[in-house]
Amino acid sequence: MSAARQYIDFFREVQGSITSRSCAEMNAQREAAFETFAAQGFPSQKVERYRYAKVEADFSPNYGIALTPLTGPLPPYCFRIADAASHARVIYNKVADTTDSIVALNSMLSVDTLVVHVPRGIRVEHPIQISNILKGEHDTMVSRRILIVMEEMAEADVIITDRAASQSRFLTNQVIEVVMKDGSHLSLYEIEETHLLCTRYSSVFVEQGRNSSLHHTCLTLFNGHTRNRLDVRLQGEGSEVTANGCVIADKMQRVDNNTLIDHQTPRCQSSELYKYVLDDSAVGAFAGKVLVREGAQKTMSKETNANLCATRSARMYTQPMLEIYADDVQCSHGSTVGQMDEAALFYMRQRGIDEREARLLLKAAFITEVIETIPLESLRDRLHVLVDKRLRGELSKCEGCKLCK
Amino acid sequence: MATDRNSFVREVAEKKYEYGFTTDVQTEIIEKGLSEDVVRLISQKKGEPEWLLEFRLNAYRYWLTLEQPTWGHLKMPPIDYQAISYYADPTQKKKEQGTGDIDPELMKTFDKLGIPLEERMALAGTAVDAVMDSVSVKTTFRDKLKEKGIIFCSISEAVREHPDLVREYLGSVVPYRDNFFAALNSAVFSDGSFVYIPKGVRCPMELSTYFRINARGTGQFERTLIVCDDDAYVSYLEGCTAPMRDENQLHAAIVEIVVKERAEVKYSTVQNWYPGDSEGKGGVLNLVTKRGHLRGANSKLSWTQVETGSAITWKYPSCVLSGDNSQAEFYSVAVTNNYQQADTGTKMIHIGKNTKSTIISKGISAGRSQNAYRGLVKIASTADGARNYSSCDSLLLGSHCGAHTFPYMDVHNDTAVVEHEATTSKISEDQLFYCNQRGINTEEAVSLIVNGYAKEVINKLPMEFAVEAQKLLGVSLEGSVG
Repeated sequence: MSAARQYIDFFREVQGSITSRSCAEMNAQREAAFETFAAQGFPSQKVERYRYAKVEADFSPNYGIALTPLTGPLPPYCFRIADAASHARVIYNKVADTTDSIVALNSMLSVDTLVVHVPRGIRVEHPIQISNILKGEHDTMVSRRILIVMEEMAEADVIITDRAASQSRFLTNQVIEVVMKDGSHLSLYEIEETHLLCTRYSSVFVEQGRNSSLHHTCLTLFNGHTRNRLDVRLQGEGSEVTANGCVIADKMQRVDNNTLIDHQTPRCQSSELYKYVLDDSAVGAFAGKVLVREGAQKTMSKETNANLCATRSARMYTQPMLEIYADDVQCSHGSTVGQMDEAALFYMRQRGIDEREARLLLKAAFITEVIETIPLESLRDRLHVLVDKRLRGELSKCEGCKLCK
Repeated sequence: MATDRNSFVREVAEKKYEYGFTTDVQTEIIEKGLSEDVVRLISQKKGEPEWLLEFRLNAYRYWLTLEQPTWGHLKMPPIDYQAISYYADPTQKKKEQGTGDIDPELMKTFDKLGIPLEERMALAGTAVDAVMDSVSVKTTFRDKLKEKGIIFCSISEAVREHPDLVREYLGSVVPYRDNFFAALNSAVFSDGSFVYIPKGVRCPMELSTYFRINARGTGQFERTLIVCDDDAYVSYLEGCTAPMRDENQLHAAIVEIVVKERAEVKYSTVQNWYPGDSEGKGGVLNLVTKRGHLRGANSKLSWTQVETGSAITWKYPSCVLSGDNSQAEFYSVAVTNNYQQADTGTKMIHIGKNTKSTIISKGISAGRSQNAYRGLVKIASTADGARNYSSCDSLLLGSHCGAHTFPYMDVHNDTAVVEHEATTSKISEDQLFYCNQRGINTEEAVSLIVNGYAKEVINKLPMEFAVEAQKLLGVSLEGSVG
């Protein structure tokens, strides 16, 4: 409770200044969120969904808390919450799990929300890229909030990148809410390339209408401690979700992906593919649950988690779960933990590729399966380069972007 | 036609649990409730030595500090631990008369259950320890086994006759601090079987324990301890039934198995406790801790279970693989119907080098039942070259039941290979159509398909049990089609 105490005290102290910088929709949720957080504190490892996270430890360092609203010009279809259409604004905090204390902490401390609102029937040609750049002299905590509203038949690609431009300690607590109306399509990419001192908590909540389809990809290329939560509620018949992810972790990095796909209506499809490459003393965790509710007949669901441990001290926890209350369904899950194929290594060495290079190639090939599922070609090419660099250890800091330099 | 079908279904449903009778036998039941005095009384009735009483009291005191766990995927009725009698002795009459003979009523009961206690009538090749309520009624073929140096008797006798062995191994695999129900059992355990196979001996016959709950308002808290010394082998079977009652009876047992170097133990269970009626009333709460410790190198342990009974089954027969190159297997078929609930699976804890484990679990749910597989595969950092393969399949018969899979894999070693796969599906229309087309009615077709589905596990059971298990699968599922 001691770590929670500093946030409670802080909130009480600056509540007025937060409220004055924010808008009515967000302020309306603040008090209830505070009560939830104050009552629960941070979840311990006894809470099933936080089994593999060390929340208390991650939140206990003394961070300065950033309370700056969004500034500057925003790309098309993106708004500050105060400027967004009123029917989009009211969705704020309606999709997220408000009983969760990490989400509650975000609702308490966020001052602004980025709203991506794609109107009915519009297909956004170019991907919308949201870059989060962590920069500052002091250790900082950021509460980030994004709301994506896809109206009927709308289509868009949204890329969210996390980067750190200075070597201070950063803690990001992000909540993304997504509402997908009937027939809409969204490809949502989250790419994290920060550094060892960065901690990231991300909670993504999605509600899908009839025949909508979501393609979510979450790539953790470099980080300190990361926990990604993805909850998808398939509420409309015939909706589809593909949730993929890959993790490359070494040193003392920790990555925990926790997903819940909730099949509420018939004829929905879900597919998950998560791959981890763990080196040094990295710790990886994957807990994915597929819930098929009573009456959600003709559900098709597939869940795969494959992991490569490269050293003795790397640890992997995996937990692919199925909870099924309908009989006419096809659900499967598979999970493996193993190491590199010695025969393949031998084959390559025989042909003059040195061992280090051979191992690298195998790791890259392992991750490629996830990257190849990305529909956006330019992003795919870029990621191949990034993964290769990452595996060679060249990507320990942000590069190639003008903003950081 | 519809009424015909209904009457047939009803008929089947009514005759379904054929072991639901009670035996009218003079039974000494102690007062309901649990306290230190009750623990002392049980110990005194069994004439136990001081150290065992001490063990029970420690367990009881520790139990008092615990709360009943709630993490299972189960809707558990509240258990009033003070409303249960912890000791019921149906062999009272014999003691009063001072003869060594078994009450003919008891003999008849076991005959009716298909477990004849007279050796000349018994199934050739199976020695049986028959336990009713809290007391072992008879153990057959003891003398024959003794010739080979094998000890097979009830645990109370073992405490009297082989105190050193019992003291060495009791609680060494499942300590009383293990969990809530293990603490409860350690405080009040009554009879169960004790098996000791000496070095290099291959047990010539199947050993078997048959557990029967008879008295009302009691629970059964048996304790089984199997020690298999270097290079020895034993195959052990366990069967169980209970009368039909509208109360929930508690069954909280502990099974401990010690496997030493190059030894092999096969443990098979056909669990057929009373599952409650079609409304979900009554039935046994089966909350059991079973664990095997593969202490020696190259040892082997195999759990095979067919779970068809009990209102609630909550158990995870586990293996701790500490000996290098040791191997463990877990084969399970769990069938739930009506309002039955099961949360069962296994734990494989790899500590030794090159240890191997296999998990094959088949869940079948029908009616309004919930069937969950929960399993842990843990590879410790010392377990170089460990290997695990798990496969859990669920079959759903009916649209109101549930099938769930909660596998946990914790891997702390880079040389380990762990694989898990699971599928959930229903019997396909094609398969049924194919059978119907060939003149096999739907009911029989389902039974055929289910048996085929469970075959992988049933094949691991000893012969006599395999036949019985196959029959049981048919019976448990009848009336659940459509």
